[in-house]
Amino acid sequence: MTIKKTYKLFIGGKFPRTESGRVLDVRGKDGELLANASWASRKDFREAVVAARKASGGWGKASAYLKGQILYRIAEMLEGRRAQFVVELVAHGISEERAEKDVSEAIDLLVHYGGWSDKYQALFSSANPVASSHFNFSVPEPTGVVGIIAPRRGSLPELVSALAPVIVGGNSAIVLAGENALTAITFAEVLSTSDVPAGVVNILTGKRAELIPEFAKHMDVNAVLLCSNDKDEKKLLDLESAENLKRVSHQKDAPLKESPYHILDFQEVKTTWHPIGV
Amino acid sequence: MAKTEPGPHNFVFGNYAPAPESKNHFKIKKSYDLFIGGKWVKAPKQFETSNPATGEVIAKVGEAGKKEVGQAVKAARKAFEGEWGQLSGAERGKYLFRIARLIQERSRELAVVESMDGGKPIRESRDVDIPLVAAHFFYHAGWADKLNYAFPGVKPKPLGVVGQVIPWNFPLLMAAWKIAPALACGNTVVLKPAETTPLTALKLAEIFEDAGLPPGTVNIVTGAGETGQALIEHPDVDKVAFTGSTAVGKAIRRAIAGTDKKFTLELGGKAANIVFEDAPINEAVEGIVSGIFFNQGHVCCAGSRLFVQESIADKVIKKLKKRMETLIVGDPLDKNTDIGAINSAEQLERIKALVKAGEKEGACIWQPEGRLPRKGNWFKPTLFTECAQSHRIVQEEIFGPVLAIQTFRTPQEALEKANNTPYGLSGGVWTDKGSKIFKMTTGLKAGVVWANTFNKFDPTSPFGGYKESGIGREGGVHGLAAYLNF
Amino acid sequence: MKAGVLNFPDRRESPTIDQVGVEERAKRFCARSIKKETKMSALKLAVTMLDVTTLEGADSVGKVRQMCQKARQPLPGDPSVGPAAAVCVYPRMVKTAAKAVEGSSVLVASVATQFPSGQMRLKERLAEVRYAVGEGADEIDMVISRGQFLQGEYRAIFDEVAACKEACGGAHLKVILETGELTTYDNVRWASDIAIAAGADFIKTSTGKVPIAATLPVTLVMLQAIEDHYDRTGKMVGMKPAGGISNAKLAIQYLVMVREVLGEKWLTNKWFRFGASSLTNDLLMQIRKQETGRYQSGDYFTKD
Repeated sequence: MTIKKTYKLFIGGKFPRTESGRVLDVRGKDGELLANASWASRKDFREAVVAARKASGGWGKASAYLKGQILYRIAEMLEGRRAQFVVELVAHGISEERAEKDVSEAIDLLVHYGGWSDKYQALFSSANPVASSHFNFSVPEPTGVVGIIAPRRGSLPELVSALAPVIVGGNSAIVLAGENALTAITFAEVLSTSDVPAGVVNILTGKRAELIPEFAKHMDVNAVLLCSNDKDEKKLLDLESAENLKRVSHQKDAPLKESPYHILDFQEVKTTWHPIGV
Repeated sequence: MAKTEPGPHNFVFGNYAPAPESKNHFKIKKSYDLFIGGKWVKAPKQFETSNPATGEVIAKVGEAGKKEVGQAVKAARKAFEGEWGQLSGAERGKYLFRIARLIQERSRELAVVESMDGGKPIRESRDVDIPLVAAHFFYHAGWADKLNYAFPGVKPKPLGVVGQVIPWNFPLLMAAWKIAPALACGNTVVLKPAETTPLTALKLAEIFEDAGLPPGTVNIVTGAGETGQALIEHPDVDKVAFTGSTAVGKAIRRAIAGTDKKFTLELGGKAANIVFEDAPINEAVEGIVSGIFFNQGHVCCAGSRLFVQESIADKVIKKLKKRMETLIVGDPLDKNTDIGAINSAEQLERIKALVKAGEKEGACIWQPEGRLPRKGNWFKPTLFTECAQSHRIVQEEIFGPVLAIQTFRTPQEALEKANNTPYGLSGGVWTDKGSKIFKMTTGLKAGVVWANTFNKFDPTSPFGGYKESGIGREGGVHGLAAYLNF
Repeated sequence: MKAGVLNFPDRRESPTIDQVGVEERAKRFCARSIKKETKMSALKLAVTMLDVTTLEGADSVGKVRQMCQKARQPLPGDPSVGPAAAVCVYPRMVKTAAKAVEGSSVLVASVATQFPSGQMRLKERLAEVRYAVGEGADEIDMVISRGQFLQGEYRAIFDEVAACKEACGGAHLKVILETGELTTYDNVRWASDIAIAAGADFIKTSTGKVPIAATLPVTLVMLQAIEDHYDRTGKMVGMKPAGGISNAKLAIQYLVMVREVLGEKWLTNKWFRFGASSLTNDLLMQIRKQETGRYQSGDYFTKD
């Protein structure tokens, strides 16, 4: 008899069970039980915010070179576990050909964004020719703690296309995975072996209706990326985000296209002035 | 020993003789209508705008209701789909250049009206506000035909009709900050000036007329909160730009929740101004003064929290008090006035209430000697020592000439306290050590950081806040993003 | 600190100066609009603060006598104007000048210490001071050794000022920093602190013999040094900007600055002077304009 894996949450670099003791039963295309995934609670989410906040300072200050290397390392590790992801995706009812393609796409996304780590700053910075005798420049800085409501359906590219631009920009993230919970948690195992500092990425599996309001309301979340076609979800997020003026980026319920502008969505531009004199 | 002692000189002793700016070279009409679709349209109701330094009514202006706001949005849509929308970038740029020139030519008039309507010293409206207004139009004029170069890899398009609501602290400058980039990017505008300071925006409408700007490209609807609300909630407005208080900013965010409206919010602040013992101390004192007393402290990015390293706190406070004693409070139109009138009676009450709270909570108040004029709204430049993070005067935006002083021991402590606020608009650092400057400026969670200077503005320099101080940037290449679709 | 004992100053007490900031601050004094009775009063005050100066190789007995007359009575027929504070001449002209101002309140100042370069042994420079004092000078305008200052020999500057002060005896010592050669505000501030600590009665910007002379910001830096010294010790030191102050408007801007930085106590010719030659007539023309409402012509004012 083969031993089955227990799928838990990924918070602060650890894999805890949900404190609620609830599970989502994840079934394959023929109705067989694949796993009892954790059904994350509000408290799990709060724990994830604490972990993300704790990690955000150090990750934000890590060198661009290091961040790029770590994203590349995630790609390497993902490549190394390609076969496992394919098996898991197939079990979810995806064709083998499509599963192979999905893993390749996710790897390419990580390589792509890893390469941006030391370039987007130059692209989005400016030296501003002010009229007075001052040196003035504007640079992007990470927004801080970012909540990601990943696309509802799909597999790895959906998740990675939302996550990579957020973390390469020096933010820490709390991801609410889509319905393909198992792949998301297996991806967390990749992260945990890829030199990603604990807490930089936290992955929850659970119910959107239960957790989106928590993402929206939490005062220590600086921004939320919502991948959704549901107008009510957007409205709720907008309304609750007003309280601490969270940055909200609204995208379709689909993989995000590769673009440095997705990095910029979770950056704050800081302008610094200094006199020029002797 | 000198053998002579000069006789009594009133230069030495008395106040400077009054040096009022003249106001006989232009006209303010008794009554202004709304500027919609290139025409002056009567509003169903009118309200008065008065001089906060004297209480005298200057003019009556129209109060736009839902209907008029709707007309304005319709006119803007028509212009966007019509003449303005079809202009090339280069042609749009020419209009902006022409507007900039007309502003320069009428700068004296605009400065005087700004000071009369808003209470700010003529020295500031003349030397800061109006020159920056012209500079903003000049700067953005040049962008109009170069937008494809601003954002690599994307072809930006205008958004459509932009609804803009601006505050009373920099009436014309805020109008310029909002209108110039919107037009450069090819949008059309409906602007609502603040109800206490509508006049310069209406003068700007005259300039748009003189510049031959196609009808409907910019519409100015005066009114109070309800007018602004009607504008923001109008379904045919594609983008909302607001500068004002954080409370109203949040309300606007809620009002447009779930819509596809783009928005930028430029809101309140409680900036930390951090002075180290190795600072150029005299310049730092000057920076503290301009940081908090510029425009009566009615400045969202005002350096309202001063952090002084404990080793030089006494010295800095002594110098600061001495400097404050030379500040002249009075007639905004007098060229020697440093601190003008508080913009409204309502704002004055807010300031007084918070100052009272500061005293009650145990902070130590100090104000220079001297009397304030009897008529009008006035408040003395004020500082509080012995402040703690928990005091309301340290936490809340006062938006008046009131400085809260705290001391610190180490750079880490200064950063921690400076960032311990929901706001994040601006900050200041004073030290002679380069590496310390960068440590501090990168550590401050604020959108604008002034090192060894304070309260500097330029159209090329992006402005805007972190956290509850706002969303988005205005000015510079970054500010254009707020008026374009990618 | 014991009375009479001079100590070399602590450089940590000498704050750094931000060029852009100090120039902005100085500009702000220029934005003051001085009108009507305040202006008249400032103009007349400025006349009393003049060190009417001639420092030319061509200076002669006749020239100096005429200039002294002008200092005694700047506006003939109007005793409310003037007299000037002092005349300022080379040592050889001190005796002539002293005689010419006799019976008036006008003082005689003499440059000394190898003015303007200071490039001579201290011994000879001190001898020059004693000579000028012996000839009847009330005040000595010395120059510091800028070369030595720029070499970092700050103690030598302290020592030469202290030695000159001693050589002055009862005469007042003005110390010329020649700010145009020190080039940075930080240097100006440090040199001011050294000169004050070494016993200067006045600090003075310039000789008038190098291209960059007094400016508002450089004077502001020196006023701040005076202010800080006063705050620490309670002792007042005088200030004399010299060179380049050629018109009344500029002179009033200086007075505004003194008033707002040091306060009214410094607004007498005991503590503030203008080193100038062409300023006198412009002040007089402006006074006449204030009185008559008519803009004046140079033909109506004596050129001595």
